[in-house]
Amino acid sequence: MTLPKGKVIAVMGGSGCGKTTLFRIIGGALKPTKGHVKVDGQVIHELDQKELYEMRRKMGVLFQFGALFTDMSVFDNVAFQMREHTDLPEEIIRDLVMMKLNAVGLQATHGLMPAELSGGMARRVALARTVALDPMLILYDEPFAGLDPISLSVVGNLIRRLNDALGATSVIVTHDVQESLKIVDYNYFIDSGVIVAEGTPAEIRASQMPYVRQFVNGEIDGPVPFHYPGGDYKHDLGVTA
Amino acid sequence: MPIVKSLKVVGHRTINSVWRLGYASRFFVLTIYYSGASFRRFHLTVKEMFSSGVMSLIIILVAGMFVGMVLGLQGYETLKRYGSESALGSLVALSLVRELGPVLAALLFASRAGSAMTAEIGLMKATEQIAAMEMMAVNPIARVIGPRFWAGVISMPLLSALFSAMGVFGGYVVGVVLIGVDEGSFWSQMQSSVDFQHDVMNGVIKSFVFGVAVTVIALFEGFDAPPTAEGVSGATTRTVVESSLAILILDFILTAFMFRGD
Repeated sequence: MTLPKGKVIAVMGGSGCGKTTLFRIIGGALKPTKGHVKVDGQVIHELDQKELYEMRRKMGVLFQFGALFTDMSVFDNVAFQMREHTDLPEEIIRDLVMMKLNAVGLQATHGLMPAELSGGMARRVALARTVALDPMLILYDEPFAGLDPISLSVVGNLIRRLNDALGATSVIVTHDVQESLKIVDYNYFIDSGVIVAEGTPAEIRASQMPYVRQFVNGEIDGPVPFHYPGGDYKHDLGVTA
Repeated sequence: MPIVKSLKVVGHRTINSVWRLGYASRFFVLTIYYSGASFRRFHLTVKEMFSSGVMSLIIILVAGMFVGMVLGLQGYETLKRYGSESALGSLVALSLVRELGPVLAALLFASRAGSAMTAEIGLMKATEQIAAMEMMAVNPIARVIGPRFWAGVISMPLLSALFSAMGVFGGYVVGVVLIGVDEGSFWSQMQSSVDFQHDVMNGVIKSFVFGVAVTVIALFEGFDAPPTAEGVSGATTRTVVESSLAILILDFILTAFMFRGD
């Protein structure tokens, strides 16, 4: 799997297929049992903690439900990394935070606490925090999960726009096919830890592969079975004949 | 084979306990190692001292007052039998400074602030805030655990001192104001019998040790809690149980070293 600079890439697959594991391996939170992940020429799992932290400063990660720090205001959440990793004066940090919040349309919420935001707003604030230090690689873990249709479009649109504006590379781990096909440059489909299909959104839409078709069309049965495998239904009902 | 099964369960639990003990020790060492940030950015520690120390003040002061009042009543009843009512001040002060102040303040601190710390850290973990911090190249031990640890360690002796002071006041109210023990002998007996080095400082050392134990247990349980509602609730319960036992066991050990043969 290659993630070219400047592109938005989606990694899709059903629940439990290994998407989040891949996400954690790219971020250095897990070590692979086989193979390796190279970011900016460096093998992630070979880095020591100091080098890994240096690498992570070049990355931005958006967690599934935002993971905003609940004891900090929206402003402090976005300013967090700037205060931790830079010596910028507070006036500059204020301007930068306002610019980031304005980019996601939430500049007016800077004084609010995360508990006062809706799910979609929290995701957008988390997005502003993710790009606070202009990362070269942005990882999104299920960025569309649990969003209403409007918030979903807004977040999808922002992912694309921010990636283009920053010249970054974005990896979206998701199972929302329709939304991701609208915004990404390339797709990978994963099943049981293996890439089973890949292509541009047009190629994916035209694909005749049963797995891809089931996913794109949301068919309830197919290569991904409706019934959880194992166990005999007749036996569970006590039918012996 | 039930015996084999039982052996497996015992073996599994033993390995798990040893593993957790090792993990907790490593956690403690890392907390000390990364403590520099807690002092470089002392405002973080002060903020945590407010939530763990200042917010525990009411319960500590009220409990201290009533414990002192009970000591005043019980002590007077006992001392009267020997005609030594004038020694009430000594009894109240020594009981509080040496023993009850550090132990009860620590037990209350574990229930109030320790459980809150565990729940907070556990929920931060469950909502991926700890993972997010790690991914932002910020060490959560230095940023989240360190300031809370030192806030607990600094707060505990101060709370213990306030508990003892309120207890002495409670003993005074009951003994002198309500029962009528001579005020002069109440204070002078106390002054002559309480030794700063031997009694007060040993009490301070005890509360410092309890502060370390309670805070480390609370933070570790939160950090190690499974990221579920049940996991956080279990961790909070374990914090209170383990802290209470640790306080009482440590109290015996420290008392044996500090006051043997006195």
